[in-house]
Amino acid sequence: MNRFAELLDRLAYEPGRNNKLRLITAYFREVPDPDRGYALAALTGALSFKHAKAGLIRDLISERADPELFRLSYDYVGDLSETVALMWPKAALPAGHNNPPPPTLTEVVTTLRTRGKTELPRQLSRWLDELDETGRWALLKLVTGAMRIGISARLAKTAAAALGGNDPHEIELIWPGLSPPYLDLFAWLEGRGDKPVNRDPAPFRPVMLAHAIEDEDFRNLDPADFIAEWKWDGIRVQAVSGRDANGHMQARLYSRTGEDITGSFPDLLPSLRLPGAIDGELLVLRDGRVQSFNVLQQRLNRKVVSPKLTREFPIHLRAYDLLGDDENDLRELPFAERRKRLQAFVKKLDDPRIDLSPTIAFDSWDALVAARANPAGAGAGEDADAVEGVMLKRREAPYLPGRPKGQWWKWKRDPHLIDAVLMYAQRGHGKRSSYYSDYTFGVWTDGEDGEQLVPVGKAYFGFTDEELLQIDRFVRRNTTEKFGPVRHVVHEPDQGLVLEVAFEGLQRSPRHKSGVAMRFPRISRLRWDKPPREADRLETLERMLKTVTGN
Amino acid sequence: MRPQDILMPAAAGLCCKAGGFHIDPVRPVERAVITHGHSDHARPGHGAVLATQETLDMMRLRYGENFARSTQAVTYGEEIRLGGVGVRFHPAGHVLGSAQIGVTCGGTRIVASGDYKDARDPTCTPLEIVPCDVFITEATFGLPVFRHGDASEEVKKLLASVKLFPERAHLVGAYSLGKAQRVIALLREAGYDAPVYLHGAMEEITQYYQSRGIDLGELRPVQGTKKADLAGTITLAPPSATSDLWTRRFPDPVTAFASGWMRVRARARQRGIELPLVISDHADWDGLTATIAATGAGEVWVTHGQEDALVHWCRSQGLAARPLDLVGYGEEDEAAATNEAEA
Repeated sequence: MNRFAELLDRLAYEPGRNNKLRLITAYFREVPDPDRGYALAALTGALSFKHAKAGLIRDLISERADPELFRLSYDYVGDLSETVALMWPKAALPAGHNNPPPPTLTEVVTTLRTRGKTELPRQLSRWLDELDETGRWALLKLVTGAMRIGISARLAKTAAAALGGNDPHEIELIWPGLSPPYLDLFAWLEGRGDKPVNRDPAPFRPVMLAHAIEDEDFRNLDPADFIAEWKWDGIRVQAVSGRDANGHMQARLYSRTGEDITGSFPDLLPSLRLPGAIDGELLVLRDGRVQSFNVLQQRLNRKVVSPKLTREFPIHLRAYDLLGDDENDLRELPFAERRKRLQAFVKKLDDPRIDLSPTIAFDSWDALVAARANPAGAGAGEDADAVEGVMLKRREAPYLPGRPKGQWWKWKRDPHLIDAVLMYAQRGHGKRSSYYSDYTFGVWTDGEDGEQLVPVGKAYFGFTDEELLQIDRFVRRNTTEKFGPVRHVVHEPDQGLVLEVAFEGLQRSPRHKSGVAMRFPRISRLRWDKPPREADRLETLERMLKTVTGN
Repeated sequence: MRPQDILMPAAAGLCCKAGGFHIDPVRPVERAVITHGHSDHARPGHGAVLATQETLDMMRLRYGENFARSTQAVTYGEEIRLGGVGVRFHPAGHVLGSAQIGVTCGGTRIVASGDYKDARDPTCTPLEIVPCDVFITEATFGLPVFRHGDASEEVKKLLASVKLFPERAHLVGAYSLGKAQRVIALLREAGYDAPVYLHGAMEEITQYYQSRGIDLGELRPVQGTKKADLAGTITLAPPSATSDLWTRRFPDPVTAFASGWMRVRARARQRGIELPLVISDHADWDGLTATIAATGAGEVWVTHGQEDALVHWCRSQGLAARPLDLVGYGEEDEAAATNEAEA
């Protein structure tokens, strides 16, 4: 466990991708089976311990520490495992006892798998007493499955591949058929065994993602090289069907991270009757019309999927791409080619629950700008409300895992912008726990005592790390009052900070003093140049309310 | 007399009306009693200033000769009468010359400890426990997650890294006043006898430490040293310098930061620190609680930092406790990555 804890600790501070890879590869080279296999499983998120939930960790610390001190500490550190690891008061050992040796990673993993729920708290306490601060931190990260140390599963696999100089893509292809502690994988990578075979009939394929496009990107792109389609505001999924060893069809639905979500959408399963793998968007359709994301959301995270739910929220798959057609892996083909295969596949399927995502005709970027500004008039028709933006896909692009450069672009619709004045600031959580990073902002309105600022929202992202430091410094230097974690920041007509706030939508809200609530507000720019008196007025928001909700 | 009639929080800082003085005032006042030389406690522009010789010297270095109208150097243990009030300075163990201020009036003694630590520090006089009725404590690291451990172990970590990467320079961010000199002294204790390099901003204050008889071995300015010659060396620099263009003069530098904040990973990560060194000039949680208990004070006033947790702990121990909402201290501690400041 100590060597693994040391690896996690070093990875947590190492910013460079190549250095991270070197650290992980060195670990795989140094540490024997099965410890390294469990480490790979931990880094790729392949381990989960059903009884070890955050609640259990809370219970453990509450037995040993004052709950109020824990609450304040957790609020400050922002990370449960780290808080507990740092403040864990070790139990005093009986006289004459030496410290028992700390557990190995394999011991931890196998014990956690076999121990029942009731034995778990005592076992964890014992380990926490045996380990040092770094060991405790790593143990808690491991058991709760919340590693969050900036290592993607892909990076861990790449590091493993480097053991034998293999292409990480090869590991990706066989990965769904492998399981911890990956003895066969390491044997193959070290040239001691054959390549493992993937026997999963309906495996997940790592998803290809798009970059957000910037204005200046267009200058270097030729419209003729691209196919455009709508970006639908649903859930990106992968629908996979295949025959198992007995010839039975198996169908599965995966989230974009590879989580199996088949159980939540039994109503889609009968439609996945042709062997293949569709990349698409999950939507709710009523009378042929795409419903808003809010409607779709009501179908998500349900423990029980009742007939009433499936009736009221009929699920639909809108297909973007075809990754596999029967036994054939199409991922190396160019997108234009895959799109043709997809058209044929959807036609052959001929199912009301699965349709093709339409492309957008355009011959110049100006034409695409017009389409994006008016999806209703450019083919999206009555479904235009469910259009989140436009996707641009290079005709020649193969289907590559991750977010490869220059292949796919997403171009969201313009967010709404207002200039607001910073009013209050509060300390953030987690990585931002030491910074004032939660901002309440307001706009001007006529009050009883003349012009006054009324809060209209709260934002805690959108700014760069450098901007965070600048705002943090501004907050500290311009605090007029402190109330616990909240600071009142100066907001006078000639004194204060103007924030350009971007948001996706606007709603009437009786709960807010201003009467409006923003959806997804974030800081888009700091307007050091602008005096607060020139910030926007509530009337502007009210006007937007009419136009925003009206479309 | 009630304690709050002897010392009370005012806009300028802690005020003693009967004695006609403020302790560590943040605004110019007629008479200031200063605990130590850090810039959030020792500010210029006061009428009369009472402080230890070292604190006065540090203020002179930072603000020039005319930082106050008049000054009076006070030694540890010496009793001064101001109005009807007795004022006595006691070592605080924070940095060279740092003092706790004992204020006695009508049989009640209040100790304003300023910043303090109970950990060993070869560059200053150790903290003295002063029995008192009311103890005013800082709370910079007033949460049980802050347990600083042994600073010499952290210095060993630094030396191990230097050994591991002989081709790289090690750049240690440390506050210019106190922390830098302590790190150098700890390096010397650990047997490191190679020259230690200094950023220009810490040369003067470090020379001052040496002039007070603190042996820091051979020190060299970074300025004028060739890049290749900095491989395998250790350089001390203000925290802000470790993230700017200045670092380009070093061969593939490993960035370290010596601070109690390094206990929390998010802090180190956010600043791009590769080698966090948990070395603090403030008492950690165990130090704060042990010191409070040792003073025997029945009442505790908590100033800058994590007041809530420490007040809660005091009350759970049956002590009367309240936060003093003083504005203006310890701010630099948190914003330190960008400002040249001290913690």
